[in-house]
Order: sequence, then structure tokens, then C-alpha cells
Amino acid sequence: MYRYDEFDARFVKERVSQFRYQVERRLAGELTEDEFKPLRLMNGLYLQLHAYMLRVAIPYGTLSARQLRMQAHIARKYDKGYGHFTTRTNIQFNWIKLVDVPDILADLASVEMHCIQTSGNCIRNVTADQFAGATDEEIEDPRPLSEIIRQWSSLHPEFVFLARKFKIAVGATEKDRAALLFHDMAVQIVKNAEGRVGYKVYAGGGMGRTPYIAQVMSEFVEREDILAYLEAVLRVYNQDSRRDNIHKQRIKILVNAIGIEEMRKRVRREFDEIKTNGTLQLPRDELDRIAAYFAPPAFEALSDDEPMSLDPTFKTWYAQNVSKHRQPGYAIATISLKPVGGVPGDASAEQMDALADLLDEYGMAEIRVSHEQNLVLPHVRKKDLPAIYKRLKALRLATPNAGLVTDIIACPGLDYCDLANARSIPIAQDIAKRFENLDRQHDIGELKIKISGCINACGHHHAGHIGILGVDKKGVEYYQLQLGGSGAEDASIGDIMGPGFTAQDIGPAVERVIDTYLKLREKDERFLDTYRRVGMEPFKNMAYLEQAYAAH
Amino acid sequence: MPLIKDGAFASDTFVTVADDAALPDGAAIVSLSRFQKERDTLLTRNAPLGVILKSSESPELLGEDVQRFSVIVLEFPVFRDGRAFSWARMLRERQKFTGEVRGTGHFLYDQINYMKRVGFDAWEVPEGFGIEQFQRALTEITNVYQPSADGKKTIRELRATKRT
Amino acid sequence: MAATPALQVLTANRLRDGDVVYWRDGAWVDHFRDADVFNAKAAAEAALARAQAFVKDRVVVNPYLFGVREEASRIRAIEEREIVRSEGPSVRRDLGKQAMDSFDVQI
Repeated sequence: MYRYDEFDARFVKERVSQFRYQVERRLAGELTEDEFKPLRLMNGLYLQLHAYMLRVAIPYGTLSARQLRMQAHIARKYDKGYGHFTTRTNIQFNWIKLVDVPDILADLASVEMHCIQTSGNCIRNVTADQFAGATDEEIEDPRPLSEIIRQWSSLHPEFVFLARKFKIAVGATEKDRAALLFHDMAVQIVKNAEGRVGYKVYAGGGMGRTPYIAQVMSEFVEREDILAYLEAVLRVYNQDSRRDNIHKQRIKILVNAIGIEEMRKRVRREFDEIKTNGTLQLPRDELDRIAAYFAPPAFEALSDDEPMSLDPTFKTWYAQNVSKHRQPGYAIATISLKPVGGVPGDASAEQMDALADLLDEYGMAEIRVSHEQNLVLPHVRKKDLPAIYKRLKALRLATPNAGLVTDIIACPGLDYCDLANARSIPIAQDIAKRFENLDRQHDIGELKIKISGCINACGHHHAGHIGILGVDKKGVEYYQLQLGGSGAEDASIGDIMGPGFTAQDIGPAVERVIDTYLKLREKDERFLDTYRRVGMEPFKNMAYLEQAYAAH
Repeated sequence: MPLIKDGAFASDTFVTVADDAALPDGAAIVSLSRFQKERDTLLTRNAPLGVILKSSESPELLGEDVQRFSVIVLEFPVFRDGRAFSWARMLRERQKFTGEVRGTGHFLYDQINYMKRVGFDAWEVPEGFGIEQFQRALTEITNVYQPSADGKKTIRELRATKRT
Repeated sequence: MAATPALQVLTANRLRDGDVVYWRDGAWVDHFRDADVFNAKAAAEAALARAQAFVKDRVVVNPYLFGVREEASRIRAIEEREIVRSEGPSVRRDLGKQAMDSFDVQI
């Protein structure tokens, strides 16, 4: 993984001093809260319902054992013993004091981490496939380009006061595990007809109040031109996006207002100039230099035999949570942070420390975070899996539900978040408990439920096979259902079913929806496939059935 | 308002003139709309001319006339409106403007370094703002990752230099 | 909210640690149960105006009034959001104000 050199180290160190000074000025009254807010947001610091919340950047979801230990340390020393992994592969802490933040940033800097631009109207954390470097499905590892984009976007002087946030994702596989098409801008690593590797660039995707699927900006951008192209897109966005209505200031609004042809035209003009200027060209040797940091570990020549265990539950976990690795004898293991009844995406300091120990003991250099709020061990020797599984089990990190109905994405919601209208975590817990039975989960198969506590959609509900949006109806929490969304390469925005359900009714409604799927499905159809085939009607009729009976 | 130029306080030789006010004899800064209405008069005056652009007004609207100005003032109506960062770069890099690019309005101390990087070289600052504050703003972050209008060497270039 | 609620409480967050605080008699307390309840708009607005001095002094941020009502002989916030702020996360009853000892000394 990437390692800071003296320049990177100095950069984050100076950023810490800069923020320390900003906090001093705030506490001395030289900055009003209105002036301080964007400055603290650009260091990931929110004021939430109970305390400050600090969001730590985990670039392209990759962490070393040392860095994971530091998160455990922060959780213990400055917070209440746990952290939350987010849908942008960052980690956040919920009980932070403003006066501690400069010291926390200094601690993070000591392990090559930071909170730069994890919030605010600027370019945010670059995310990528959690299986990067391990899957045989990729053209190449998307993380070197992600790292290059991270550096280019860090304190970019032209783009630190954009109209709104700007999220970038990078992909390298046909299967999209990073929800590329819901990003403000996405870069897909592709091969052209001549077999040359380059980049397909998308822009204008987004969740929130008005969700959009990203559109193609360019089918093929040459390697050396990519930064110039990205800069051109950002420049057009910064110049031309609205500044008068906070709900209309994302790039998705601009692209859809002026149309993709006009957008491409404006970007083309900027791109031609920036490319001619030459300073942003990305030479091959620089790309290779960064890529060298992401070289895979030295794989051993191992038997590819399936691992065996005396523990009868191992097989279930192996079948569900372990994915194929490109190297024989190795595997990719997903660590579910969705124990039934637990808080989705949360991990305790003890769990984080124990995972760090696990990484060290088994010679694993890194752990990954997925946008579905799970963790991934990208390079595990198959023969080590039974022992690792045993350790995970003891840590309550071995829930065998990756991609199943109880693997729910949920934002923190009204239990934590100042922006929320309704609680999301209890809904996730209720649904998970209803489907606790593993046989039932296997029967249902792949089903991605995503829950957001407000229209900001941090729970990605628009991309849920079943999406749930919490709303406030006259002071009471209600939950709207959306069906048929997908954050994968077959991206789609879920269709709103109709009037919302109360907190008591949403769980049963979801059960009725899933029962409808089970009755109607054909062959190997997943929930999403059946929905796309039969449409909303049958699901809607069943979902509101209780209400229909009650009305009589 | 106090003016910082070339790293020090400077007296402002320009007068910013309201749209309906009479033009002074000497150097004057007018709004874009006034310039568009009174272009010939303004360009034939025997005194330096400046224009103040709102954040919604692209310097491209000045067209070929951009080189006729001694100073172009870019306004920050509120510090959150970051369009002027792109406008300044446009002036320097596309339009090759070599006159003064001045920042006015509500910008923060914390934005001064970014402003310098994108091509601002003058700042209208609040009363009481000290020059040591200005200098401090420019030194908080020593190195930069990306190229900009200031031509400052990037970290990538510094790395390459180190390797040779 | 269209109409001003009949009963209101004044709240803010402490600047230094983000903690939720409530107005009582010219000062800030940690617990909702100790807060002043205003039954007249004028008194509520007057307290809010006095609270601005604490903003200026960098003690709190964003003071605001919210509606409460009587529910089975105790005062409760009308909105779920304020209930959560006064107690802590409903999914972690071991954390936040709900987990504090009633006789905790206020620091």
C-alpha cells in the first residue's frame, strides 16, 4: 500500500498545525461559527446530536494493521470505545470533543492518516473496489490511480470551495463493487479496441434528494491525460453550477440541466487547454512509480484445495463470505460488521485491535473497508481460513451473511445525526432479527437492503434492492419503501412504492415484500431480477395488505 | 479598505465607482455592466481602468478588452462561493492577463493561500488585519501536490529532483 | 413548525466538547430534566436573547427553542430528535446522558 514520503508526512503535519490554529482562533472568538464551520468540515469534523463527530479518511478503503490499531486507540482515548465504518469507506467517531481534535489529527498523522476533505464542499475521499489487487476480474489494480487522484485533489486551490461535495470512485472490473454510477465522477479502467488501457469517465451521478445515474463523459481518456480531464470536469462544475439553491448544486443537476452533449463540449474545451499547458500530464513512469507501492504481497505456491474444518459452521461462512482470489491457494474473506441485532458498520476498539493482531500474526499487510460497511481481508491463505474463522467467531466478526438480507447498510440516522429525520439503526436491527434464520436467508439469496434516515441518502437507499427512507411526518417517524435499486454495474434507482409505514409496520411490510418475491420468483432469480420482471404492483399490493384489512 | 499588494500594505490608487456616480479624473474601477454600457468612454479615458466582477460573472465576458484593464477585481459575496478561484486562473492561464487580480468581499484568512496560488496578487482586507497574518497564511502549507497559476513546483517535481 | 408550541425549552451545544446543554436560570445544565420550561413566548424569547451572550463568549453554539409537552405528569420533548438529544442513542442505552448517574457532578 502507499507509504508517505517526507513530502506527504510534512503535508499532513502542517495541516494539523493549520487546524490547531483554526481551533485557537475559534475559541478566541476570532472566527465565528459560520466561518469556522467549513474549515472544520474540511477536516471531517461535524457537530452532531450528542457531540462532535470526526470522520477519518481511509483512502480507497485500505488500512494497515498499524493504522487500524490507531483507530482503536482513538476510540478508546478520545471516544467511547468504538467507531463506525461508512458507505464511503471512511471511519467515524461519534463522541469527539473539539478541543481534542488537533491532538487526534496529530495521532493520525503519525500513522500516515488524516481527515482532510472528508466533509465540506470539496473533493472527498476516493473510493475503489474492496477486492482491488486480489480479484482476477480487474484489468489492473484501481488503487494507484486512486492514490494519484487523492494527491491531486488534496487542498487543490481552485476546488476547495465548490458549490457542493464532490465524490469520486475508481473501478477496474465489469462487476461494480464501488457504486461508480452513483458518484459525482467515476473513472472506469478499460481497454480500447487496440488493447490499450485507458479510462472511461462518468459524471453526474448522485444520491440525495434527486438521484441520478452518472452519464458517460468520455469513452476513453488516455492514461497520460486523465488528470487534465478530471481537472476540466471540476473546473466546469466550479464555474457553472448553481450557487443559489443548496438542493441544486451538485454536478448531477448541472449535467442534467445543460445536457450531456453541452457538458462534454465545455469539458472538452477546458481539457484541450489544460492538456496543451502540459503541467498536469501524467507520465507513465509516475504512474508506474505509484503502482509499485501497490504490488501484491509475495504469494507462496500453495495448494488450491478447499480448506477443511472440524467446525460445522465454517463451511457456511466459507460459502457465503469467502470470494475467489486470483492466486491459487489464496482467498478473499469478507468480515461482516452486521451481526444480527448489532449496529451495522460499528466495530469496537477491542475488535479493531484483535483484527490488527490477526493481520500481524498471519502476515497480512492490509485490511479493506467496503462501501457496504464491511471489512475485507484481501489476501488470505486458504489453509489459514479455518483458524482465522475461529478467531473471528470469538470476536463476533464471523456472521456468515455477506450480501444476504441481514447484511444491511444503514446510516447512523436520528440516533446520532443532526441531519436525520428518523432513526435507521433500529429498523435495520428489527429487519435483521426477523430474518435471523440462516436457512431462510439462503433461500432468499442476494438481497441488498439499504436504509437512510433522511433524504441525504448516506445509507444509499436509492441503490437498495429494497431501499428504506426515514421521514418525519408531523413529528412521527415514517418509513418509505423503494424497490429495485442497484449500486452495481446494472445501476438503477429504486422506485418509490407509496405512502410510508410506521416503525412498527415497516418490518412486517418488508417481510411481505420478500414473501412476494419468494412466491413469484422463477429459476435463479434474485429479488432484484424478479422485481425487474414483474414490476411494483404485486409487491405494493402485498405490502399494504395490513392497511387494506385495517381499512375494512 | 486596506489593500495588500506584493506582500505589503499599499495605497489604493484606484477609486471604485458606483454605477450611477460620476467618474473621477484618475484611476477608476467600474462594474462589468457599467463597462459594457460605457465601454468607449471608459477605454478612451487617459487614466488606468479597473473592473469589478461579481462571482457569477466570468472574465470571458471581458473578451478582447481584458488586456485594457490595469486591475480586475474578483468579488467574494460570501466566502463559500468559490467561483473566483476559477476566474482568477482563467485570467492568468487562458487570457494571459498580467495586470493586478484583486480579491474583495468576504474571504477568509484561510483562503488567502489558495487565492495566491490561483493568481490573485492583491487583497482588500478588513481594518485591523495585520501583515504578519497575511504572511503567515502563505506559509501554513509548504508544498503543493498540484500545479496552478502560480507556477509553484509541485511535490511530484520536487520528488523527481530529489531522485536525480 | 407552524405555530409556536405552548411550552418550550432552550438548548444549545457546548462549543468545546459539543455536549448538549439546556438553559436554566441564566446558566447551562447537562440534563433535560433540570431545564427551565417556558410557558410564555416572551420569556422564552428573552432567554434566547440572553443566550446569545454565551455564543459571543464562545461557551455554546446555536442556541434554539424547542417544544415540549406534559406526558403523564412529566415534561417530554415533542420531537423525537430532542428526545434523542436529551437521552443519547436509542440503540446504545449504555452511552450518553441516559447512562449518567443522576448525581453526577457537572464539570
